[in-house]
Amino acid sequence: MSLTPQESEYLEKKIGRTPNPLEFQIVAAEWSEHCSYKSSKKHLKILPKEGKRVISGPGYDSGVLDVGDGYVVTVHIESHNHPSAVEPYGGAATGVGGVIRDILSAGTRPIAILDGLRFGNIEKDNHARWLFKNSVRGIADYGNCLGIPTVGGEIEFDKCFTNYALVDVAAIGFGKKENLIRNRAEKGDYVVLIGGSTGRDGIGGSQFASDKLEAENRSAVQIPDPFIEKLVIEAILEARNQKCIKAMKDLGGGGLSCAISETADALGVGIDLDLSLVHKREQNMLPSELMVSESQERMLVITDLKKLATLKNICEKFRVPYSVIGRVHEDKMMEVKLNKNTVAKLPSHVVANAPLLDRPSIKPKYLSALQKVKKPVQSVDLSETLLKMLSNPNIASKHWVYTQYDHEVGIRTVVKPGGDGASLRLDNGKFLSVKIDGNSKHCYINPREGVIGCFDEACRNVICTGAKPIGMVDHLQFGNPEDPEIFWTFKESVQAITDYAKYFEIPCVGGKVSLYNETDEGPIKPTPIIGVLGLNEGKPLIPKKIETGDLLIIVGITKDELGGSEYYEYIHGLTGGKCPTVDMKTSKKIQDAVLELIHQDTVKIAHDCSKGGLAIGISKLCITNETGCTVSVEKIPAEKLQLDELLFSETHSRFLLVISTKDEKKVMSFLEKKVMPHASIGNFSGKNIIFKEKSKIVTSVRVDKAQEKWLNSLEALVTHG
Amino acid sequence: MKVAVIVFPGSNCDRDMHHVLTDVFHLDSQLVWHTDELPKNIDAIVLPGGFSYGDRLRAGVIAAHSPVIKDVKKMAERGMPVLGVCNGFQILVESGLLPGALLKNTSLNFMCKWTEIIVKNNKTPFTNKFKLDQRIPIAIANGEGRYYADDVTLKSLKKNNQIVFTYAEDVNGASLGIAGICNKAGNVVGMMPHPERSAEQIINPKNAKPASLIFESLLSTLGVMA
Repeated sequence: MSLTPQESEYLEKKIGRTPNPLEFQIVAAEWSEHCSYKSSKKHLKILPKEGKRVISGPGYDSGVLDVGDGYVVTVHIESHNHPSAVEPYGGAATGVGGVIRDILSAGTRPIAILDGLRFGNIEKDNHARWLFKNSVRGIADYGNCLGIPTVGGEIEFDKCFTNYALVDVAAIGFGKKENLIRNRAEKGDYVVLIGGSTGRDGIGGSQFASDKLEAENRSAVQIPDPFIEKLVIEAILEARNQKCIKAMKDLGGGGLSCAISETADALGVGIDLDLSLVHKREQNMLPSELMVSESQERMLVITDLKKLATLKNICEKFRVPYSVIGRVHEDKMMEVKLNKNTVAKLPSHVVANAPLLDRPSIKPKYLSALQKVKKPVQSVDLSETLLKMLSNPNIASKHWVYTQYDHEVGIRTVVKPGGDGASLRLDNGKFLSVKIDGNSKHCYINPREGVIGCFDEACRNVICTGAKPIGMVDHLQFGNPEDPEIFWTFKESVQAITDYAKYFEIPCVGGKVSLYNETDEGPIKPTPIIGVLGLNEGKPLIPKKIETGDLLIIVGITKDELGGSEYYEYIHGLTGGKCPTVDMKTSKKIQDAVLELIHQDTVKIAHDCSKGGLAIGISKLCITNETGCTVSVEKIPAEKLQLDELLFSETHSRFLLVISTKDEKKVMSFLEKKVMPHASIGNFSGKNIIFKEKSKIVTSVRVDKAQEKWLNSLEALVTHG
Repeated sequence: MKVAVIVFPGSNCDRDMHHVLTDVFHLDSQLVWHTDELPKNIDAIVLPGGFSYGDRLRAGVIAAHSPVIKDVKKMAERGMPVLGVCNGFQILVESGLLPGALLKNTSLNFMCKWTEIIVKNNKTPFTNKFKLDQRIPIAIANGEGRYYADDVTLKSLKKNNQIVFTYAEDVNGASLGIAGICNKAGNVVGMMPHPERSAEQIINPKNAKPASLIFESLLSTLGVMA
């Protein structure tokens, strides 16, 4: 828990005196990288945040999008990496809890959770397997108990996450626009702390998260209690309905220090609080512990005298503990008391705004070497390779994970997990689609094109359900920003996201930065995660059962882009090469056309073609529909490629469409009119997944054998190790 | 016709059930907080799914001691239709309204998936629109959903026609594959699967018609023309 000498000096200059030890700790918590974004803030300004659906307000912890008819959708994304790497169950569970409260803060009901998980090589690494199993259980136990469906996500295993874990959680909220919390406060208003009691868990969590993971600091990990969170949600929503909430903020990183200073600063007021009034879990807690404890399931609510009694009654109805801890003032100071004696008094503006840094950056040397790696020799038996690819934990079905999550509660889940994006029905008759995507392997080889690819993939996933992207969130995860090479990859990612978001006119409505993701073995690969929300004002595309004779259409060109592909990495153990790049103009044209086609009701299934390439995309269609397919590889629109490259290249901007023969003419003439690369490359029938070149069979795999590999590999690995 | 949906702290399928009863089947349904008295003139009671009291101690055991359960028992004795779904089923078992116990699934995991159940008793207020052995595509989502009873109880369940639904496949290791049972009188039914998640076509990946018959059975029991 410390400030740098420069920060201490800055602080003393700003407040005109030496801060006392408690004040020092309050500021240290808030000025941690985790809370203050001091390294990243300057660079995040370039992200486009405006859009016709974006509603912004002071102090919002989540992005708000207008979905029409008086309704809004809220979204936020966070990670809980350091805690999950030490204590995966509690770390992952409280990760869910934290982001849910950000959604609640806006005055909206949380309606969906998505999570992105990353661990080391679980095939070889027992510790990685333990982290994986327990993170999943933590998310399941927490989300299921809350009754918020976990509808999607993604999972990646890579050696760079050895002894570490990335646990990202995105949450979606829904509500009436008129119920959004306006976040205002007047002199004399009451500050109420609602929810779980404050204890000694999560002490200094935000600083713990702002450093390299060296020692296992378990006391910095928060303890989850989903039951209290559920009661807090219901109590807060009832208080919202009864107009008891003038302003609200959840307690997350930095605990009370952060919540009080940021609330006061955002609302332009002062707040005093008396720590002796806080309801506590343990006795004899020090003021400094109370100010930085990150005990979970707590909300800070500002209400006025008229509504205070109603608010108390609501808390009592739900038996949610609360304490009235302070009042609002005009003086813009945060004043902390203990039994009426002032123990800390600081200008909230100073506390809430850390001095920002200008970190140096330089292009990493490793990048050019990676571009030059020699291509591997084509596998001899491509059928064998395909089966091996299907059992690759990065590709194999994740049903062992998502069947542990209640993904149906709330009865909104129209397009379910396991496919592309998930689609949720909204109360105004429209449908909201969501997906998060990340790819550390691509981002490592090419930070710019890697993240653009993630963005493009998330958009394609959403489009596959028939929705048009309306907003995005990003979660930027990197190693130590003090390393100029790492910081360069961060800046490169932000610029890339900005360029794509501007071109596609998708506003960035929220995000989070997580730095210092490294262990003694080194930093993680750059791992930005992109979440895309789409709105569908027509019918959602719920995948239909494939029938014998149905046709397979591909839209988009397949290119020599195998750098960072699962084929290179998993089959050949090779890192490097040219990673997929996105031509935004072409990609936009393809996305628009596919969306239009879906709304003509001629597409039975739209499937994104990405991880594992064409062969994996087609195999998944066959496996989930228990049908064979014969694909003529010479028909695939492509650059001049070897067979293995054609099958496994992870080129973006491609869609696989399944249509019935009766719609063939209509679909093909539509695509021709739009002048874009496309072809009818196969038809579904039989019991084998066959790729043939003219009359020669290149690959042939039995569907049931493929299904066995794809469906069971991950579960077998986790349960039998 | 009024249906009370009881809300315990931690219930989380209460609003889903309320939606299906009111918006899909046009019943007058009312959410009732567990410490409140049951409203007058109700015709049926539903205990919804969720995690009452966070499943502390054992799923359903704390809620079974809620004040409202006394009233539910009184109404049940008078023959009022009572349906417990998932956690509601666990509460009915823990409160002694139904025999047996619900244990952790054999997988030891929470399981959320679609499966099929088979109607074994079509005389209850919630199954009278079914043919015997009719199949229902339905959603399950539970961690402690494995029905268990000793041999004597199982024998008496069979003898008294108290087995209402069985699974078409072995999903969790339940005794006799039981997915739902009723009391001897037949008016109190508990089931682990979620009919409220399965009765609308847009969210049911298979066929929603069979699951909707559970609600239509109730409508017909209450004398409402479906």
